[in-house]
Amino acid sequence: MEKLTIEIVDHIDSANVYSELSHPQSGGICVFVGAVREFTNNEEVVALEFETYKNMALKEMEKIALEAMEKWELNKVLIRHAVGAKKVEEPVVVVGASSAHRTACFEASRFLIDTLKEKVPIWKKEIFKNKSVWVSAHP
Amino acid sequence: MEVLLFGIAKDIVGKSEIRFSETDELPGSVGDLKRLLTASYPEFGKLSSLAVAVNSEYATDAVFLTKDDEIAIIPPVSGG
Repeated sequence: MEKLTIEIVDHIDSANVYSELSHPQSGGICVFVGAVREFTNNEEVVALEFETYKNMALKEMEKIALEAMEKWELNKVLIRHAVGAKKVEEPVVVVGASSAHRTACFEASRFLIDTLKEKVPIWKKEIFKNKSVWVSAHP
Repeated sequence: MEVLLFGIAKDIVGKSEIRFSETDELPGSVGDLKRLLTASYPEFGKLSSLAVAVNSEYATDAVFLTKDDEIAIIPPVSGG
């Protein structure tokens, strides 16, 4: 099995992630799932729409995964992001890692999602009832 | 030379790529491209950040551009 899983997909099934990260030498498996939240600043969100510059996003995601593997002793790393329109409660991103002991996978998972949000060329548009907004575009 | 546009950059320009023809004056560097873009579309100046990718890697303002490069405008990212 591959040590790294890096994907951009139309739909995320978070139920599979545990088995994807499972490894005979891993006593700890951590998974973070990001999902669509119903309210932003008290305004009701109808959906989120994600778009990406795919070949660059995959490259950046791989760099983040490799950097995590340098920082921590990880047996497996997974980064998967969804694109397209997503409704409330739907998963949009999943990251995770497995390691011999829990500290490495906890810390690595935090690093994976934080760095993804900072660097990977994926854009999120919040669709409200009467308007839509590209998230973080303006200060 | 083609410049790919994503997210709010696409909305600002109104299309998903900018095409410079043979006769246009081409931006020589990433910094030139940013200046040209902001001059033509002042909305770019209001964004939280404006990055450029050359051949799918983040590029600093000093990086030179050639017509065969794959160039993309990267407005503030918001994945996750």
